Amino acid sequence: MTWTALSALMSHWRRHPLQLILMILGLALATALWTGVQAINAEARAAYDKAATVLGGEGVNRLEASTAPLTMQDFARLRRAGWPASPVIEGRDRTLGLRVLGVDPLTLPQTAVPAGMPGVGAGDLADFLAGKLGYASPQSVGVAVPGVVLKPLPDLPPGLVLVDIGLGAQLLGVDQQISALLMDSVADLPGPIPAGMVLKRGGAELGLSRLTDSFHLNLTAFGFLAFVVGIFIVHATAGLAFEHRRPVFRTLRAIGLSSRLLAVLVMVEMLVLALIAGALGVGLGYLVAGALLPDVAATLDGLYGASVPGSLSLRPGWVLAGMGMAVVGTGVAAGGGLWQVWHLPPLETARPQAWAKARARMDRVQAGAGLALLAVAGGTLLVGHGLYAGFAVLAGLLLGAALVLPWVLARTLRSIARRARPGLAQWFWADARAELPGLRLALMALLLALAANVGVGTMVGSFRATFTGWLDQRMAAELYLNAESQDQAARMQDWLAPRVDAVLPVTLVERDLLGQPGRIYGVVDHATYRDHWPMLEQVPGVWDLLHQGKGVLVNEQAARRSGLALGDPLALPGGEVPVIGIYSDYGNPEPQAILGIAAFQARFPEAKALRFALRLPPEAVAGLSADLTRTFDLPPEAISDQATIKAFSLQVFERTFAVTGALNVLTLAVAAVALLASLLTLSGLRLPGLAPVWALGVTQGRLAGLEFARSVVLALLTAVLALPLGLMLAWVLLAVVNVEAFGWRLPMQVFPMDLVWLFGMALATGALAAAWPAVQLYRRRPTDLLRVFASAR
Amino acid sequence: MHVRAFLLWLFLAPGAMAQGFAGLGATADGFALPDPDRVLEFPADHGAHPGFRIEWWYVTATLTGADGAEYGVQWTLFRTETAPGGGEALPWQKPELWMGHAALTTRDKHFVAETLARGGTGQAGVVLDPGFAAWIDDWQVAGLPGADALDAMSLTARGGDFGYDLALVAEGPLVLQGTGGYSVKSAKGQASHYYSQPFFRVTGTLDLPEGAVAVTGNAWLDHEWSSQPLAPDQTGWDWFSLSFETGEKLMGFVLRDGGAGFVSGTWIAADGTATALPPGALVAEPLERLDVAGRKVPTRWRLRLADRGLDVELQAMNPNAWMATTVPYWEGPVTISGSHSGRGYLEMTGY
Repeated sequence: MTWTALSALMSHWRRHPLQLILMILGLALATALWTGVQAINAEARAAYDKAATVLGGEGVNRLEASTAPLTMQDFARLRRAGWPASPVIEGRDRTLGLRVLGVDPLTLPQTAVPAGMPGVGAGDLADFLAGKLGYASPQSVGVAVPGVVLKPLPDLPPGLVLVDIGLGAQLLGVDQQISALLMDSVADLPGPIPAGMVLKRGGAELGLSRLTDSFHLNLTAFGFLAFVVGIFIVHATAGLAFEHRRPVFRTLRAIGLSSRLLAVLVMVEMLVLALIAGALGVGLGYLVAGALLPDVAATLDGLYGASVPGSLSLRPGWVLAGMGMAVVGTGVAAGGGLWQVWHLPPLETARPQAWAKARARMDRVQAGAGLALLAVAGGTLLVGHGLYAGFAVLAGLLLGAALVLPWVLARTLRSIARRARPGLAQWFWADARAELPGLRLALMALLLALAANVGVGTMVGSFRATFTGWLDQRMAAELYLNAESQDQAARMQDWLAPRVDAVLPVTLVERDLLGQPGRIYGVVDHATYRDHWPMLEQVPGVWDLLHQGKGVLVNEQAARRSGLALGDPLALPGGEVPVIGIYSDYGNPEPQAILGIAAFQARFPEAKALRFALRLPPEAVAGLSADLTRTFDLPPEAISDQATIKAFSLQVFERTFAVTGALNVLTLAVAAVALLASLLTLSGLRLPGLAPVWALGVTQGRLAGLEFARSVVLALLTAVLALPLGLMLAWVLLAVVNVEAFGWRLPMQVFPMDLVWLFGMALATGALAAAWPAVQLYRRRPTDLLRVFASAR
Repeated sequence: MHVRAFLLWLFLAPGAMAQGFAGLGATADGFALPDPDRVLEFPADHGAHPGFRIEWWYVTATLTGADGAEYGVQWTLFRTETAPGGGEALPWQKPELWMGHAALTTRDKHFVAETLARGGTGQAGVVLDPGFAAWIDDWQVAGLPGADALDAMSLTARGGDFGYDLALVAEGPLVLQGTGGYSVKSAKGQASHYYSQPFFRVTGTLDLPEGAVAVTGNAWLDHEWSSQPLAPDQTGWDWFSLSFETGEKLMGFVLRDGGAGFVSGTWIAADGTATALPPGALVAEPLERLDVAGRKVPTRWRLRLADRGLDVELQAMNPNAWMATTVPYWEGPVTISGSHSGRGYLEMTGY
């Protein structure tokens, strides 16, 4: 009996393979996007953990500077006092594009030695100490560090080279400054933590994961949105399958199958489908993640200096999570159907009219819930703060709008129908409204996908416009030059003086600013800064005040994170200074401050000016670069021209949002599939409604055209509603989420051409989804319609 | 002499094992060479000798507790230059390494600690001003300012489970080993600059897991520098520093080369008058080899020096005085019996 029942249930899929495909496709797509995002996040998290354990894992404690930076002298002093401290230099070699970790293998605590690194006693140590040998992850051993052989060490995160502290200091251009002192045991220290230092115990959270959290939250939110859209598809197909099989259920119940066994059978069937689709989705997600990961890696690297491998490994975590989501998603999507199966009276008859009425009531309830959600979103926007509040606003806005959509569409269609001419036109609009209940979920999915597209597109566009303008301001100098030593810098300056319009030394120190590692710059008084610096807020006469040593400029990130406003004092080594200007500083996670050169040198006499920005006529750039290279025998990375830096920055920017764009398009694709699934569901159900119209003399071709037009019109109406929603979304992203995630706020700009294009996409989505059912209708044999008309179900 | 366990080469270049113990037989290209005509000057020569490849300051002490229990203490600071001409170097890049070894030996236990440092950071070093001090981390041997900076010194070191803090007072003159401090190490002419202060009287405290122990006894300091002290075929050495109850002392060494070896030493009279031993005068004969740390190590020796009527047997106080350091070797106190009695230190490398 059980077997017979099961095969009866299954025969449905044999007869409707398209439904089976849609069901599995929808679920697989939803799972794929979710899994893909999870896989990327898992990979990144593993990379952070690896980075953390290189020198910050369990059992490795760090002494860090709380005021002035630590130096070699601090190291020697503590060692002589019996501290088990080992110096480490960390930093980013911007010319090589690598994170550099310099250690002293002679004192490095055993707990901090990465697995596989030869310790004291191994033959490689001499080369390591001599700066001829370094280590990198197997993915990164190919990078060229001049004069250094890199050996692979699987425990290292990619993009990081582990070298001797001597070479590290040389690569990073630091003198005697160190980043931290490592210790294995802190149980029995010879004295209290010295003044000016703080002890950070091993295993503590690293700044890196905190910084990148927001980025991953962004991705997760996107993955979830895609999943929700995918679940709409599954719901539509599952609903269709239940609807189609009502007679079968009835028959099975009538011949004695208990409602309980029937429900179990259907549940088993759904579970099997979920597992198949889930496996497919996980596989697909793996491919999606693999395709997106290089961009994500580049983004994280460019934005936060976090190294993530460009290749993906299969991790049980996200595989299981993906399968779980598929099963849960199927349960959610098919739950309503299952409930009906369970409670189906054996002799249930069709009650479409009652069903539709109940649906209208439900639409109102749903619209009420939607409005409530929108209100919550608005309230959160007013009182909440933080990244999660931003996402809460986004979620409330999107879900609320989606829930309100059917009611709004129904009202709109009703008022149009009222105004329409009686006859076919009125039937067209009234029937569109009748069709709505079946399409609501798909249209909600479309609304979400379109709004997300508008929102993210607008945000990226606004960001790009601002960023490009900012680059033009910030990169005003034509040529940027790095000297190897102070001596070379002095010779360069002499050589350059008669050849260029201006030599602007770039002096900087790396110091903790407002409790975070940051940089402090000293700038000379020059029109380049006065005319071009991208100020957001400033006091009158800001540059004069700056060069009189009466103030400091801070970047937007620093100001926002610490709530600094103009006039507030900023604590700097050597005393507080008032903030007199705030400038935009995109693509940089660190806090930054700028002092006039005189004030800077008074506070940081040890800082060396090894970098220069050069002003000269653009047409002279190429010639001067060549002369400089020849005269000082410079490596190619010592000189960069404005155009190259700009191109590089824009490239980092584009890659940052490549992932977002890709997810966007995929979401829209999922919505299209959802619409197609729903329309296919409806096409059979709608025949009783169409047959009378056909019987009245409207040709099949005309009917098919009207059906097609109806779907397109619904898609278009949805798009019209998606537009304001998308713009609101963009505003929340720009004004709330970005500020929290990156520390900068961007002016919103609307790009009409993009919106037109999106309307086109919506139309195309609707048209694509509607085309097939319309063709099917067109090709139906007239006898079908006749039979339907005659029997009227 | 005191061709001591200078070991850094082994961990720097294992290939050097083929050239004498711990690479000490490697050629000295580019490094300074010992000069037989050089007259040592103090206190300047207590300090470091840049340009030479290897240098060490070495203190061994035989001590006795109030209850008569015997102890041995070792304190060593090695300096090595890994490339010639390391004057101008970026921070952290001075081609110089330092290594400290500390040991404390009881009848049944042997405590060892090792610490390493790179040159140029201040983590380890030797200075003469304001007074002599040689240190690595918080291990230190430091003297007071004076004509001879080694007259009165403090000596400290500690490991995970032991430590010591000793006061050293010199009761005799410095002893120049070899000829005026030029100590020949092979028939091929390898040599080092080498002097000792074997006349320290010691008082102080040992920190043992059981608690602190007050001790008294004698200590012997060696300072030696060279660039290639071993011939390429010399594989290791046995070194003896013996203090007899007569007040006389003997420093002797055997450089093993698979053949007869190169044997030399210095007889030190009670007043510090040093006489270099002619080649072949000292006869050292291992009597018993014990299995120590998986190696066959001679922990009992017979030493004869016919000129001085010396025929003694040396017995390791604790045969398991194995230095399980980066480059392992044996070093520990010995008890002397026979024609003369007394106590001393034995070092054996290359086993």
